[in-house]
Amino acid sequence: MYIIVIGGGRLGYYLTRALLDEGHEVLLIEKSAPICQAITGEMGSVCLRGDGCETTTLAEAGTGRADMLIAVTGDDEDNLVACQVAKYKFKVPRTIARIRNPKNETIFKKLGIDVTVSSTSIILEHIEHEVPSHPLMHLLTIREKGLEIVDIKIPPGSTNIGKTIKQLSLPAESILSLIIRQERKPTVPKADTILQAGDQVIAITPPESEDALRSALIGD
Amino acid sequence: MKVIIMGCGRVGAQLATLLDREGHSVTTLDNDAYSFRRLPPDFKGEALLGDGLDEEALKKAGIEEADAFVAVTQGDNRNVMAAQIAKHIFNVPKVVCRIYDPLRRDLYSLLGLETISPTTVFAQLLKEKLEG
Repeated sequence: MYIIVIGGGRLGYYLTRALLDEGHEVLLIEKSAPICQAITGEMGSVCLRGDGCETTTLAEAGTGRADMLIAVTGDDEDNLVACQVAKYKFKVPRTIARIRNPKNETIFKKLGIDVTVSSTSIILEHIEHEVPSHPLMHLLTIREKGLEIVDIKIPPGSTNIGKTIKQLSLPAESILSLIIRQERKPTVPKADTILQAGDQVIAITPPESEDALRSALIGD
Repeated sequence: MKVIIMGCGRVGAQLATLLDREGHSVTTLDNDAYSFRRLPPDFKGEALLGDGLDEEALKKAGIEEADAFVAVTQGDNRNVMAAQIAKHIFNVPKVVCRIYDPLRRDLYSLLGLETISPTTVFAQLLKEKLEG
């Protein structure tokens, strides 16, 4: 596969190396001459100096025959434009943009970018996993369906302890799929299952209902 | 007419002043408060500190009721992104953006943005002067 990477920062550097190791044909486009030289010195002639948002640079890079373009500069707007030029001018079949502002995810999608990767959201999620007191963790996002799988822990002081599932006012579009209790095997929650302190509830929910689901489960 | 101008540089401030004097409701948006020094003392519009690529800042500037949006920051890509947000996310009826790079300008006009490339326009003006 011929893959063009825009932006030779840390992410672009490691991405280029990984893609080369996998045996792909890779070209990295980077604005700064010293960075370009350093990369060429280390990996051979895989780096083109230029502005990856410019039609001329992309033409020089042979973008017309690229299978994929991945824009990983530090600026969301530059990544957007590089992907749009690749997509609409050079008909690149797949464009991937890194975004720093998680809010841009929907905007980019609406503007035709195939895939967005939000570095901020990914780091936040990983940190959430390491903070044991955090009541809600994201386990998985099913993007095409607009759903996510979350893990919600019932804290010891919750007013919901001792209540049955049907007594909770859960959002209609969220579904509780599993309850994991300490030293016991996971069970599928039913309407009359009674919540206990420390229960881990695995639920499927649209992101918009996440807050409502969390407060309904955790109580006061 | 309610107009939002993103970027309060020389061009943005000048445009804001002209429209304000004609009685339009103008909001200028810039991420550097120092830029607002370019607005005249009798400017009746609003000068808002904020990032024109941020939906919240745009909402605060009143983009949902705006009749027109103009993007004239220094960065072509910022202008392009903001203009697309205004046009495709907030459905502002009239959106114009500045793109210095003529090739990028051509592409985005094809994609339906109303764009002006000062590079092309000014080079043409200079040429006409020389041919005088």
